[in-house]
Amino acid sequence: MGSNGDTGGDTERAIVRFRPGVKFRFDETRQAWIVLAPERLLLPDEIAVEVLKRIDGQRTVGQVIDDLAATFKAPRETIATDVRAMLGDLAAKGIVTS
Amino acid sequence: MTASMPGLAPPMGLIAELTHRCPLACAYCSNPMELARASAELDTAAWLRVFEEAAKLGVLHLHLTGGEPMARKDLPQLVKGAASLQLYTNLITSGVLLDDVAMAALLDAGIDHIQLSFQDIAEREADRSAGLDGAHARKLAAARRIREAGLPLTLNFVVHRGNVDRTADMLALGEALGAARIEIAHVQYYGWGLLNRSALLPTVAQLEAATAAVEVARVRFKGRIVVDYVVPDYYATRPKACMGGWAQRFINISPAGKAMPCHAAETLPGFVFPSVREQSLAEIWSDSDAFQRFRGTGWAPEPCRSCDRLEIDWGGCRCQAFALTGDATRTDPACALSPDHALMQEAARQASTAPLKPRRFAGAA
Repeated sequence: MGSNGDTGGDTERAIVRFRPGVKFRFDETRQAWIVLAPERLLLPDEIAVEVLKRIDGQRTVGQVIDDLAATFKAPRETIATDVRAMLGDLAAKGIVTS
Repeated sequence: MTASMPGLAPPMGLIAELTHRCPLACAYCSNPMELARASAELDTAAWLRVFEEAAKLGVLHLHLTGGEPMARKDLPQLVKGAASLQLYTNLITSGVLLDDVAMAALLDAGIDHIQLSFQDIAEREADRSAGLDGAHARKLAAARRIREAGLPLTLNFVVHRGNVDRTADMLALGEALGAARIEIAHVQYYGWGLLNRSALLPTVAQLEAATAAVEVARVRFKGRIVVDYVVPDYYATRPKACMGGWAQRFINISPAGKAMPCHAAETLPGFVFPSVREQSLAEIWSDSDAFQRFRGTGWAPEPCRSCDRLEIDWGGCRCQAFALTGDATRTDPACALSPDHALMQEAARQASTAPLKPRRFAGAA
């Protein structure tokens, strides 16, 4: 995200995907959503879970933002800022690409 | 029962040391000096039962290691069993046995990730360090197979005085091979590594150059390749949070089925490590003396007890405290606040050019 100088508009047209080897699933023991990757375990908070649930290898970043804004009836710009920051952080950790 | 025990979190990872057999002879191997023979190893059914108990207990990551785990003929069967339990399967291998047939079998079984070890960047040095001609070429081929299969690849380099000057080239090799993750790990001084410590410890200048190379690569690789860096305790001022705290995150199972909080724990005297042949993993995790002994903070001595970092580093490593001071209950000497810290500095000063002793089974030529 932004590391190659993309503008916000270009970035939103990119499809967001989990990188190979990354698994996002519900763990019955902990009753929590988890992200598993090589030598990495993330316990995403509720907001992050909503973003991660929308990463299906088909939606673009913009579509993820649209969906969240509609579902939570929140201003799109606020959601967009949060989602971009979160995806940037997850990309740096090797969890997603877009 | 254990999973619902108040205050005791379930383990995150199971480290399955499937075998001590290995075609390589690295002098920094962290396997114990007393290597288990093939006849002492847990069989397929026993490992599958352990994996099932682990998944029930809440284990998420399964690390299949050794020795060389690919020396086990039943490895695809074990991976398949683990995958059906939703365990994340991570194979830690030298790659010298990873041919096309083996790769196809692992893929079919549902392997999630492979970590490939390299000894060096060039064939001559790498093969000498591994003690096996042709090892490096086979590893390069294995790396390509892993990528062609669409699996994420981690390259692991154990660095020491003899190869640490080539850290930047190691990172470049990882990039060229399409790794998603590269580990640059300074030798941890346990087992054979401790035996060879004085010949393996890098100088301070070497350490600083390697650290700088890692920092440069991290900036260049941002968002593409994750670089994990393990520094040597001998030049640290604070200890590592060994295993994330004793018996707080991991269970290590030896080839013969002993359950331990870490792979080096067998070096500690005064312990009876429970066997998965006799007890369930749940009982071992919650009730065994071995797992409870240093769990949490109640056992901690001064200066740890009054230190605000106690729940960050958990007093460091028990095996290292024992190896250097003869007392596993002392503060890890890696800590500058430890009364024994001078022992580490002394070892670093005494680093010499003694010849390396490659790992061997007892009695082997």
